[in-house]
Amino acid sequence: MIDAGSSATYEPGTVTAFVAAQFYLVCLEDGGFLAMSGKCTHLGCAVPWDKDQQKFICPCHASEFDISGNVLSSPAPRALDLFEVTIVNKNILVNTGKRLERTRFKAGQPVFPEIVKNRNKQ
Amino acid sequence: MKKGRTSPGFIRHIHPVSIPLKALELKSTWALGGISLILVMLLMGSGALMLFVYRPFPAYAYASVLELKNQYSFGQMIRNMHYFAANLLVVTVFAHMLRVFFTGGYQGQRRLNWIVGVYLFCCVLLSCFTGYLLPWDQTAYWAVTICINMFGYIPGGDILKGLFVNSHGVSEKTLQLFFTLHTTGIPSLMILFMGIHFWKIRKAKGVVTSGLNLLTEAEKPVMVKTNPHLLLREAVATLILVAFIMVLSFFFDAPLGDMANAGLSPNPAKAPWYFSGFQELLLHFHPFFAVFLIPFMLLCTLFYLPFIRFKHRDIQDEGVWFISSRGKKIAVAAVLFAMILASAFILVDEIVPDVQTWLPGVPVILSEGVIPFGLAALLVLLFHFWMKKQFRLSDAEAFQTSAVFLIITFMIFTLTCVWFRGEGMKLCFLGGCG
Ligand code: HEM
Ligand code: FES
Repeated sequence: MIDAGSSATYEPGTVTAFVAAQFYLVCLEDGGFLAMSGKCTHLGCAVPWDKDQQKFICPCHASEFDISGNVLSSPAPRALDLFEVTIVNKNILVNTGKRLERTRFKAGQPVFPEIVKNRNKQ
Repeated sequence: MKKGRTSPGFIRHIHPVSIPLKALELKSTWALGGISLILVMLLMGSGALMLFVYRPFPAYAYASVLELKNQYSFGQMIRNMHYFAANLLVVTVFAHMLRVFFTGGYQGQRRLNWIVGVYLFCCVLLSCFTGYLLPWDQTAYWAVTICINMFGYIPGGDILKGLFVNSHGVSEKTLQLFFTLHTTGIPSLMILFMGIHFWKIRKAKGVVTSGLNLLTEAEKPVMVKTNPHLLLREAVATLILVAFIMVLSFFFDAPLGDMANAGLSPNPAKAPWYFSGFQELLLHFHPFFAVFLIPFMLLCTLFYLPFIRFKHRDIQDEGVWFISSRGKKIAVAAVLFAMILASAFILVDEIVPDVQTWLPGVPVILSEGVIPFGLAALLVLLFHFWMKKQFRLSDAEAFQTSAVFLIITFMIFTLTCVWFRGEGMKLCFLGGCG
């Protein structure tokens, strides 16, 4: 289990690397969180996030993935793997022991922080 | 020494007392098998020396290679010799195999020895592959990561993969296994196979030589004494080879990158050159085809080769390079065809967008696998039957022509990957390769 801190510290549309644990914490535009494996689904190279192009680009055989992990350019056969995310009291926990393989991004994969009712007052 | 004993006893375990003069001609064998043997001995010697310093643990391996380099006199030199001998061995063993193929030395009573040779070839490649990881630098770590992940595309490959890696990928488990295979498992197998190999050569009364089969019982080939005619040549070849490796090792160092870093893949991440042909295939075909089906078919062909019965092939052309003078001319034509077609294939595949973009929704195994592979296979078959008809080739000649075509294609793929692939594995030319 890796404690990624408070969900409020992540801006929508950003990607944060957890280098030692080899995953990316992605905060999508709608505020949903994904913990995405940093290993290319083609042959396992470490894929860096290219902030300018807003893509993950694999240095080994040039596969490309979008921010949600979908394949933009082969040879990668499927979207980047996910790790289980749980958010308790706005605190994000990532279970890197649980790897979820998927073909593509689907609604339902991102995890949202509990809706805080008095958000407007903050 | 007893009268009539012409060479020291132990040599007579390996060589006969006398051999046909013809077998001594350089063009019968190009001495490639012998050179390979010497290289293996050099590898065992230099490898054994490195074992005094090298430590097979991820935390220490890289440091121990540095220690070898900095703190031991001639440590770097020994490592360089191991490196150059290993790389040269891949070349000489491959060339040796081609020599045997093109002189028809895999037929008749030599059939089994061809199979042993294929095993030896596999051992050499596996030695190189397992040795490659040991320095634990970035190149080693990522090349092995990529190769092991290839198992994921092979039926049942996940089980195999599980033998080599744990949940952290390439790790201490991988290193320990590779180290043991590299220093104990594979060398033991090689010694065993080499023993059988040399014994079988004697059983077949030496190497294939043209014309000897045609002599009648009464005619005897011209024979010369092994000592000194063969032994002297062997001694000279050994000295030249060892000197060559030593000079290389004196002036050039074996590469050593930064220490392995699991969070950062180098760009481009290239396989060692002897696997580059397959890496280039990966850029064109789905991994199931590039690293499983195609190598599997090649291996099956190698094993099956001595058991193919070609029509009109008889022992007269055993030992004749390229079967006949016509076979030789057609082989040259096949080389030219392969050079043009293979380069064109690579260029076209770079320019034309993936089948994926024309037929979205088609599964990748079809768009990246079955369709391009089918097209390529069709091209090869067309070439085979067109050449056969055009030049009225015999079955054996036609097979040889297509084999030349495929071998040259593979070499072009290898060279392309080594020289013309730059950042992101995109095609690049000379200056632009960075
Ligand atoms: C039989 C043929 C052999 C081949 C083709 C071979 C090939 C290789 C290769 C390619 C490397 C990596 C070198 C580098 O990148 O610097 C290596 C490293 C190594 N090999 Fe071998 N090897 C062979 C036999 C042996 C034997 C018999 C031993 C020990 C008894 C041995 C011990 C080592 C050690 C300790 C290393 C790590 C040190 C280093 O990387 O410089 N090798 N080998
Ligand atoms: S490992 Fe990423 S494209 Fe091959």
